Amino acid sequence: MSTDILLFGLAGVLVNAAPIIFAVMGETISERAGVINLSMNGTILLAAMAGFVVSVETNSLVAGFLVGAIVGALVAAVVAFSSITLKVSQVAVGFVLAITCRDLSYFLGNPYMGDVGPRLGLAPIPFLSELPIVGTLLFRHDIMTYLSFILIFLAWGYIFRTRPGLMLQGIGERPAAAFVRGANVNRLRYLYVIIGGTLIGLAGPMYSLSVKAGWKGTISGLDGIGWIALAITIFGGWNPLRAALGAYLFAVLQWLGLALQPLLPGIPSQVLQVAPFPLMILTLLLVNIGDTEWVARMLASLPESGRHIVERILRALRAKPPASLGVPFESD
Amino acid sequence: MLNPRWTSIYLRLGALLLALVFIIIILLASGVSPFEALGHIVSGSIGSTGKIADVLGAWIPLVLVSTGLLITFSAGLWNIGIEGQIMLGAIFTTGTIRLLQDSPVPPALVIVLAILSGMLGGALWAALAGALKTFGGVNEIFGGLGLNFVATAISLWLIFGPWKRPGVASMSGTEPFDAAFRLATFPGFRLSPWALGLAILAVIVVYFLLRGTYFGLRLKAVGKNPKASYLLGIPTWQYMMLAFVLCGALGGLAGAMQVTGVYHRLIPSISSGYGYMGLMIGMLVNFHPFWAAPVALFFAALNIGSIQLPIVLKLDSSLAGVLQGVLVLFVLLAEGVRQKYFNRKAASS
Repeated sequence: MSTDILLFGLAGVLVNAAPIIFAVMGETISERAGVINLSMNGTILLAAMAGFVVSVETNSLVAGFLVGAIVGALVAAVVAFSSITLKVSQVAVGFVLAITCRDLSYFLGNPYMGDVGPRLGLAPIPFLSELPIVGTLLFRHDIMTYLSFILIFLAWGYIFRTRPGLMLQGIGERPAAAFVRGANVNRLRYLYVIIGGTLIGLAGPMYSLSVKAGWKGTISGLDGIGWIALAITIFGGWNPLRAALGAYLFAVLQWLGLALQPLLPGIPSQVLQVAPFPLMILTLLLVNIGDTEWVARMLASLPESGRHIVERILRALRAKPPASLGVPFESD
Repeated sequence: MLNPRWTSIYLRLGALLLALVFIIIILLASGVSPFEALGHIVSGSIGSTGKIADVLGAWIPLVLVSTGLLITFSAGLWNIGIEGQIMLGAIFTTGTIRLLQDSPVPPALVIVLAILSGMLGGALWAALAGALKTFGGVNEIFGGLGLNFVATAISLWLIFGPWKRPGVASMSGTEPFDAAFRLATFPGFRLSPWALGLAILAVIVVYFLLRGTYFGLRLKAVGKNPKASYLLGIPTWQYMMLAFVLCGALGGLAGAMQVTGVYHRLIPSISSGYGYMGLMIGMLVNFHPFWAAPVALFFAALNIGSIQLPIVLKLDSSLAGVLQGVLVLFVLLAEGVRQKYFNRKAASS
C-alpha cells in the first residue's frame, strides 16, 4: 500500500517536473548561445494564459500548445532583437518583459478566469505501461511528459555530440573564434534564443492544459516558476543532464512539502510551498562558492588530506557559465 | 544634422507614442473603448483631492524604493531583493510596535523606534543578499529573488502563526494597532504628512549623496568598472555592501511607512510590488536621480487610477502594470536605437 503511494508520488514528480524541464532546456540553449532570457517568468504565464484561452475558444489542445510556443518565440524574439541587434542590457529588457508579460497575462486572461477548458489526457504506452513499477512510473503519462524525457537527451546530445552543437557552444564561449571559423554569430544567436523561447513557451500550456489545468489569474500558482527555472539552469551548469536532475530534485521537494503537510499542522501551507527557495539559494551558494577568493585562501590553509576532499566536492558542484554570456558580439 | 539632444527627445516621444498605441490595441482587443479606460485612469487618479492624496500615499513607498535603488544601480547592482527588504522592514516595524505597545514607553517614541527598526530590518535583509554576492559568489539577482520568496514565507508564517489574530488567522493580516501607534494623517485623508516629509527628505539626501559627494562619485566608479576601481584603491566590496545596506534601509523605511501610515498592521502582500516598480522606474529614468521622483509620481497615479477599473469596466487592474512595463520597454528600445544608429554621428559632429 505505502509503496503504491510512493510510486504514484514519484510518477507525479515526473509529470510536475515536465514543464520545468522544457523551460530549463530552453533557457540552457539560449544561454549556451550567450543570451540570458530573463523574461522566463512572464513568458510562461503569458503562454499559459494564451494557450488556455485559445484551446477554450477552439476546443483544440494542439492549437493551445501551438499558441504557447508562438508566444514564447515572440517574447524571445524581442529579447534577441534588443540584446543582439540593439545591444541593450539583457538583464534590463528581460526583467521588464518578465513583469510586463505577467501583468499582460492577468489583464488579458481576466474574462476567462475559472473557465473549464480541455485537458491533456493520459496516453499509456501499450505493453510497456503494463510492466510492474516501471510501467506506472514511466509509461502512463501524457504525451508532453514523454517528450520531456526525450528532450533532456536530445538537448544533451545536440549540444555535446553534434557539430552544430559544438558551434552553439562556440558562439557562447568564444564568439570571435566561432566567427573566424565562419559562423554567423548573431544569426545563430537569434536562432537559438528563439528556439529556446519556443521551448520555454511550451511550458505555459503544459501548466494550464495539464499539470495545473485552468486559468485562475493571480492565484494560478504559476508566478515564480520561471525564476525557479532560471536558478535550476544555473544549478544545472548549462548541462541538460545536470539541469534535469535539478528540475526533478525541485519537483521532489514540492511533493515532499505537500506530503509532509498533514504531519506539520502548525505550519501554513504557503510556507511549505516556498521551502524550495532557501534551498535554491543554498545550492547556488554551493555551486558558486568554490570560485570565491576567501574560500581559495581558506583551502590553502587546510591540511593536505582534508583539502583534497573539500576541493573535490567543490569542484564537482561548481558550474562555469558560458564565457560570453550576456556579452554582445561585434564582428568588426 | 539633428542635434543629439533633440534626437534623444524625439526617440523618447516615439517610444511613448508606441507604448500608447500598444495599449490601445490591447484595450481594443479586450473589447473596451480605450478612451473610456484611460479616462477612468485619469479621473481615478486626479479626479478629486481624495484621489490626489491617495496618489501621494502610493508615491511615498514608491519613491523611497526608487531612490534606494538608484544607490544600488549606481554601484552596478541589480537589487531585485528589494521586495523582500520592504517586507522585512514591515515585519520589524510591526514586531517593535507589538513588543512595546503595552509598555510604559510613550507611543510617539514607539513609532520612532518602530520606523528605525524597520530600516534596520530592510538593511539586514539587503546585507544578506550582499553577503551572498560578495562572499558566496551568488548573483544578486538570484539571491535577491530567493530572499523575496523567503520574506513572503516569513510574513505568512507570522500572520498565520505567532502573530495571528485572536480567534481565527486570516489573509487580512495581524490585529490592527491602537490609534496611538499610527502615524497622524491630514484630517479627512489617508495621507500622513510625516511619511510625505520623510519621503521628500530621502529624495533630497540621496540626490546630494549621488550627485554632490565623493562617496557618490566613488560608488559610480565601482559600478562602471569594479576592477579598475579596486586597482585605484577604492574598497570595492565594502562599497557594494554599503550600497546594499543603504538601499535596504530605504526599502525597510518604505515597509515601515506602509505599516505605520497605511495598513496599521502586517498584511501578506505588504510590499504590493512596489519594489519591482521601483526597478522599472530606475531603468526608465536611466538611473538619473532627478527624474526618479516625478516618474514615481506618474507610476503611482497609474496604479491608483486603475484601482476602479475592475468595478467600472470589469477590467483587471493589472492594466497599470502593463502600461508601465510597455512604456519602460519601448524607452529601453529607443535608447538602444539611439546608441546604435545615432551615437556615431553625434560623436563625429
